[in-house]
Amino acid sequence: MAFSVPANLEAEITELISHYPQKRSASLMILHAVQEHFGWISQEAVEWIAARLELQPINVYELVTFYPMFRREPAGKHVVKVCRTLSCALGGSHELHGHVCQKLGLDAHAHGLQTTADGKFSVEFVECLASCGTAPVMMCNEDFHQAVTAAKADEILGKCA
Amino acid sequence: MSAPVATEPKPAPPAVETLKVKVDGLEIAVPKTMPDPLTGKPVPTTMIQACTLARTDVPHYCYHPKLPVAGNCRMCLVEFGTPAMGPDRKPVLNPDGTPKIAKSPRPAIACATPISPGMEIYTTTPGVKAMREGVLEFLLINHPLDCPICDQAGECKLQEYSVDYGQATSRFVEPKVHKPKQVDLGPRIVLDDERCILCTRCIRFTKDIAGDDALGIVNRGSYNTLSAYPGKAFDNNYTLNTVDLCPVGALTSKDFRFQMRVWFLKETKSVCTSCATGCNIVIGAREEKVYRYEPRENDAVNSSWMCDSGRLNYKWIGAENRLTEIRRQNPGAGGEKITWTTAAKEIADRLLAAKPGTVAIVASARQTNEELFLLSQLAKKLNALTDSVPRIQIGDKLLLSADRNPNSNGAKLTGIAPAQLGSNLRKIAEGIGKGTIKTLLVFGEDVTRHGIGADLLAKLDTLVASEILPNQTTKLAHYVLPGCAHAEKRGTFTNGKGRVQKFMKAVEPRGDARPEGEFLHELVAAVNGNPGFTSIEGLFNWMAREIPAFNGLTWGGLGDTGVTIVLPS
Ligand code: SF4
Ligand code: SF4
Ligand code: FES
Ligand code: FES
Repeated sequence: MAFSVPANLEAEITELISHYPQKRSASLMILHAVQEHFGWISQEAVEWIAARLELQPINVYELVTFYPMFRREPAGKHVVKVCRTLSCALGGSHELHGHVCQKLGLDAHAHGLQTTADGKFSVEFVECLASCGTAPVMMCNEDFHQAVTAAKADEILGKCA
Repeated sequence: MSAPVATEPKPAPPAVETLKVKVDGLEIAVPKTMPDPLTGKPVPTTMIQACTLARTDVPHYCYHPKLPVAGNCRMCLVEFGTPAMGPDRKPVLNPDGTPKIAKSPRPAIACATPISPGMEIYTTTPGVKAMREGVLEFLLINHPLDCPICDQAGECKLQEYSVDYGQATSRFVEPKVHKPKQVDLGPRIVLDDERCILCTRCIRFTKDIAGDDALGIVNRGSYNTLSAYPGKAFDNNYTLNTVDLCPVGALTSKDFRFQMRVWFLKETKSVCTSCATGCNIVIGAREEKVYRYEPRENDAVNSSWMCDSGRLNYKWIGAENRLTEIRRQNPGAGGEKITWTTAAKEIADRLLAAKPGTVAIVASARQTNEELFLLSQLAKKLNALTDSVPRIQIGDKLLLSADRNPNSNGAKLTGIAPAQLGSNLRKIAEGIGKGTIKTLLVFGEDVTRHGIGADLLAKLDTLVASEILPNQTTKLAHYVLPGCAHAEKRGTFTNGKGRVQKFMKAVEPRGDARPEGEFLHELVAAVNGNPGFTSIEGLFNWMAREIPAFNGLTWGGLGDTGVTIVLPS
């Protein structure tokens, strides 16, 4: 199926490009917009963006693979992010991440976004979520949770329908 | 009589302001600016360029004089100092009156740091040594250390610098990051990502020199991986230059991969014969077998590059069906093996018996200047109609010429070919058809594919064919002379821009084959009665006296990179 961009996203992208003296400078903003719309960035999307910016697809692909927040596959219905950076690591975030993965049947040592077979949950082990004082920190979709214990994590996951 | 010989077509660059720096205590004057490798515009001279001028080696991976500077590998870190300035903005002096040098507390990468007046660069301090050791240790943490099976072994910068700055034991106890192996990057290249040190030379070459922005680094941190866009082959006519540029064994040539350990290769300076550009090359050979061509730097011709099609066009030299015997044939009724002496005698007799104007010569623009010159001497004596075969295809903007003959200019300058190569071929065909041409000498071409068909050849009293590989013409010839590839002899070509370049012998000829020039020497001596030379040097120098455009040239004066002559317009 050919990749197509709806009119409103197309308009947003045109607007974004107009903000910069060079087209390619809009790459990151366009990637955010595309991921916002589709939930992930497909190879077709990379090629579409590259053509739009008069770049080679490899130039856009470098960015997509560099930034972990860009997804190259669709995420599950609920996305859990556990902080892995220093304060949280000291506060037990590795144990927390391991617990969440085990509970959902995911490999805690695998690199990048991990999604359950039923597509219900995705877990990411991410860098600092900027609440270092209340480690360990975890996000579930757009909700922020501080000082998360295993029990609290179970409770959060349990509320996800 | 002598036309001016220009060594370089460009005018001398304007004098550049110099400034003085010290490299490890040695004071030298260096130009304030040097030409940018891509644009040629003057840009500030860097520390590494100053060190090169001072003949001081600074280890480096990502820096390459012909590519834009990236400054990513940090191997070139050096320490430095600059003249100290007082509060009055005047230089602070030592008691002995010399300027006091303020040593920088931090090192700098020599490849990307401009020099300044009075700068002192230190490349041998304990600090510099420690930095080189540190950088190397980091470069090796995830490296597979598979030198025994690596094609780069023996010409690898990781190996070389490890000898100088490596640790005997690894301190890295963590698991290594594994990356893709045997990546089929394109039709001619296999990539081992675990060996890649991410210097980006290949990326810069293909983007900025070849104009094909095809490679990039994907993923982040220690997962950084050199890659083409998924599903897209790295395929332009210059990809194999990245194999040369890669300082490690990450990019390997499919053609050369696992064929030969590089230290067994005997290297010979030569020239590519696949188009009129005449890229300078090094032939790597072992035990009379050619294993690879690599470009050799010549800024007047090919910079440091060559095209893939030219580079891989060498297999014919080792072909199984090479002509290896001198033969006298009775076309259609077999033939026999004879000696060079017999062949020279019989052919000379036939030529001397031929009525002037009844001989024609088709010589190849793939032959050397010297061979073409000897043939032109014969032609003059015999009043022969002569020509060569044109090979015009499509060229590109970088190196590849539309003229796929290496020596069309040589053919024209020696008078063997008319200004329009091939325009006499029809006349030769007509002459044979009418019976006015009775003898045809063919060197290095299959004339049956260029308008002189088998039916015409059958009408000839004498057909002599000197060739490397058998073809229709050799089949129909009365005399077959086994010829040599350029890799099997010495000689010169004149490239499309008039650069006269010599090439040396890399391997022995096959069987009884011998350099065409040697046989032609005997033939010319027998027909003209004047040998004129005894060696390739003598032959070249004789030719240079006889052919106006070559006046003033000498074999020795050509050097390794040739001389540009003024082509008659
Ligand atoms: S493949 Fe070779 S040239 Fe390319 S980035 Fe890696 S080490 Fe450098
Ligand atoms: S550009 Fe011409 S001379 Fe140079 S390598 Fe290619 S074919 Fe050979
Ligand atoms: S370290 Fe986890 S929020 Fe900053
Ligand atoms: S050579 Fe200077 S940083 Fe790589």
